[in-house]
Amino acid sequence: MTNFAGTALRLCIMALALFVAACAQTTTVEQANGAFHDPYENNNRSVHSFNRGVDRYLFRPASKGYVKIIPDPMVTSFNSFAENISLPGQAVDYLLQGKPKESGIALYRFLINSTVGFAGLADPATDFKVPQVDTDFGETLHVWGVGEGPYLELPLYGPSTTRDAVGVVVNLFTNPLDFAPTRPIDNLGLYTELVRRMGDRGRFSDTVDSILYESADSYAQARLIYLQNRRFELAGDDEDAYLGLYADPYSDASDPYEDPYAE
Amino acid sequence: MPSDILNRRTFVASAVAGVAATALPLPAMALTEAGARNLVNNVVSEINRVIASGKSEAAMLRDFEKLFVRYADVSIMARYALGADARSASKAQMRSFTKAFQSYISRKYGRRFREFIGGQVTVKSARKIKAGYEIKSLVKLQGSAPFDVTFLVSDKSGKDKFYNMFIEGVNLLLTERTEIGAMLDRRKGDLNKLIADLSKAG
Repeated sequence: MTNFAGTALRLCIMALALFVAACAQTTTVEQANGAFHDPYENNNRSVHSFNRGVDRYLFRPASKGYVKIIPDPMVTSFNSFAENISLPGQAVDYLLQGKPKESGIALYRFLINSTVGFAGLADPATDFKVPQVDTDFGETLHVWGVGEGPYLELPLYGPSTTRDAVGVVVNLFTNPLDFAPTRPIDNLGLYTELVRRMGDRGRFSDTVDSILYESADSYAQARLIYLQNRRFELAGDDEDAYLGLYADPYSDASDPYEDPYAE
Repeated sequence: MPSDILNRRTFVASAVAGVAATALPLPAMALTEAGARNLVNNVVSEINRVIASGKSEAAMLRDFEKLFVRYADVSIMARYALGADARSASKAQMRSFTKAFQSYISRKYGRRFREFIGGQVTVKSARKIKAGYEIKSLVKLQGSAPFDVTFLVSDKSGKDKFYNMFIEGVNLLLTERTEIGAMLDRRKGDLNKLIADLSKAG
């Protein structure tokens, strides 16, 4: 992708995000009870069936094969490589979020792991106790005040929201490394992300299988788990937002405590 | 790809959730941070003791269920998981649902005990919340980055008992309420059928 195309894409997406921001939102209180805004549920469920089919016949067997054939330390190495590739993009996102310190840490990790860490295949930055970083463009939009918007299940990608879908596209296609004058291949970040996901799918096979294939409603489980986890990530150290995530059975409207011990 | 529902920490975390949930030993005492630290350390050793016992998987699952009943506020958890239908259920139905729920949870999460082998849990903080206490911890499993697990403890049952947990923000009880609601819908709201199936599910 050319520099110009990348910039144009980013701009388009920002405009879209601002539009999304204006759409209906769930309140913090509703979010605390695991509430979701899912006006596209019918469509999402079709995408979910499609994704499940892709997983069952393609991605699951490929991932299981991958972690079976490739020795575990190598899978870890490839995951490190994928994460390292994403660090310059994370540095940009942190800057956009007004967090220069975290941005510096992301770059520092990238620098260490790309050199001493054999082009990112190892993770000496963690051994050197450099703090972990983890962000994305969806979080940048969140920091800018964009609400999560309706829930979306993306084809081939999985659970997301309209806001985070924008982030996913931006992060996958505008990795700063893709604009470097000397780069091995276009969209390297896209391929490394695929490999990383295969590693995770293979390693945590039982957990994913239990959600996708053993649940009475795998769509609803995936939606709930994704939204809670994402809201938790974005709440970060914000204590109030984090506490707001509690659905407390003791303070439930139906007051569950009255009956069981009244017997 | 399609199935990468969570980040990788959460995958392992949700696997570990139930194992820990089945074995949180909570002595009846006012919780302090030091007490909480001991408590969680005890959980880890209790789980590891069962795992190291070398028993058959079926026997281990029975042990996990015993620990779950002893240390978790099972009846409040079952009632919450059943949701609004708990109000229209008869007492007999609630009793058998609670029993089915406890064996379902123990099996569903206990079966993944292998992922917990060698796990380390560090208590970060303990503090008072409305219903009791909140214990935040950091869990480190082999081959994965540490992740946050929060335990909620209440003495409303008469003893300090575990009643919910959050793994990287994912509420265990809410997740099970959604699942059991979906199971009930599939059976057209037939609670007795749900109870019969739940005691075999997981």
